[in-house]
Amino acid sequence: MVTTTSQAVRFRRGITLPILLLVVWEVSNRTGIVDPRFLPSLEEVVRAAKRELIDNDLLGDLSFSLMRNIAGFLIGGVVGIGFATVLALSRIADRLVMPTFNALKQISLLAWIPLISVWFGFGEQAKIVFVALAAFIPIVLNTYDGMRAAPDDLIEVGRALKFNGRQRALRIYLPSAMPSIATGVHLGLIYSWLATVGAEYFLAVGPGIGGLVIAGRERFDMAMVMVGVIILGLVGFTLNRLAYSLESYLLRWRPKQNA
Amino acid sequence: MSKGPHIQIRNVTRQFQVNGGSLTALDDVSLDVAEGEFVTIVGASGCGKSTLLRLGAGLDTTYKGAINHAGEPVDGPSLDRGMVFQEPRLFPWLTIERNIALGLENSGLPKGEKKALVEQHLELVGLTGFAKAYPHQLSGGMAQRAGIARGLVNRPNVLFLDEPFGALDAITKTRLQDELQEIWAKERITMVLVTHDVDEAVYLGDRVVIMSPRPGRIREIVPVGLPRPRVRTSAALVQVRNRVLDSLNNTTQPVPQQAARNIGESSPALRPVIAAVG
Repeated sequence: MVTTTSQAVRFRRGITLPILLLVVWEVSNRTGIVDPRFLPSLEEVVRAAKRELIDNDLLGDLSFSLMRNIAGFLIGGVVGIGFATVLALSRIADRLVMPTFNALKQISLLAWIPLISVWFGFGEQAKIVFVALAAFIPIVLNTYDGMRAAPDDLIEVGRALKFNGRQRALRIYLPSAMPSIATGVHLGLIYSWLATVGAEYFLAVGPGIGGLVIAGRERFDMAMVMVGVIILGLVGFTLNRLAYSLESYLLRWRPKQNA
Repeated sequence: MSKGPHIQIRNVTRQFQVNGGSLTALDDVSLDVAEGEFVTIVGASGCGKSTLLRLGAGLDTTYKGAINHAGEPVDGPSLDRGMVFQEPRLFPWLTIERNIALGLENSGLPKGEKKALVEQHLELVGLTGFAKAYPHQLSGGMAQRAGIARGLVNRPNVLFLDEPFGALDAITKTRLQDELQEIWAKERITMVLVTHDVDEAVYLGDRVVIMSPRPGRIREIVPVGLPRPRVRTSAALVQVRNRVLDSLNNTTQPVPQQAARNIGESSPALRPVIAAVG
């Protein structure tokens, strides 16, 4: 049996759990099950959000975080795809670099923070480097795998048609790796957002949503913390959706797969 | 063009290294193909017919012997030699039109001319309405037509076809065979087609090359010598077919109860006629 679910129904199903959580949150708050100092009421969170939005510079914080995220992601992505292409297409580069890269990628991202802060300070530069690194790793790995899996059949067609190196890369390797690259970019987008927040936690100088959350914690203003956390979640969600749209656009040549 | 054979294969031997041992895929094979000729190669699997085709096309250059195309040694692929594979091998991320245009990528022709050639070849293979479709939207037969168009679009003077209709259903196959024959008649391109389908080989070929396996050798070359268009069911064609089948069956271990063999044996009276044709 094939069941087709309309978009409206799918949306309704997707939104069920978040609404349920909000209800549980509100009920547990009103009935006094949880201490409101640890979990503020929805109302308080909304008030805090309004305060941050109007009196303080919430949008400024958000745009700072987004700028860092996008700058880091773009740097990591472009460098990553280029780096992976060279590794995948040059046997010598592959043999020279890949073992080291495989070892380095095992190091937790967070472990890079002390090094990065020593090398780049605590400012924007360090944060963007950290975000770029977070995007770089999944993008390199997936691009590399995708290119290595380019079908021999098509490579042979390229030979029969006398393709040069550039044509091979642009006509065969890059497009056939596109599904993997899309996966890498998708992961890179998510990781870079996580890293943006991480960078703001650990290299906390300057505005940003991470800074907002830290400030909230220091003042024991849980409503403010919740505002920050909810925004982080919403941005993450939006980035994820964006990545999906980008992916389905780039891969429109593929037959539809069952969702 | 120069005198002499268009494609000249002289004493070619090709060995593969398999698990430390060496396997002789082709053993001292010689074959001449005249310009504008349609040669078909049949044989059981493992007889080296595809290997021979790949050598001719220049996709495989590790052989002993000599292969010449229009007097020039074949030492790699060339745009003068088109290739159609068993699978269409279309690029799934390109539309049909752009897939066909790949064949012109290195032709050095101006853009407008490329476009015109692509359109012309879309029409030649009956895919005009599908220029903007992606390969996954086409049936197997349509995809193979696109593969043929890509092989032809650069106007090679010889086209190598490696079991191009092997994966198609009988009806589509019949239709594409006719289309290929028409294209051949119209464009006067030398064609070398490898197949395991004796009917196809006899129907399309000016000559049928019969190969025997282990090691791959040319057992016999049967000229078909019938005017075109040919009728598949004509007695003359059936006679040639039986002759080819007979020869082919002698190349492998005799299989009991093989229908083809029975047909061959049941018509001994036809033999002298075939011999006369040959």
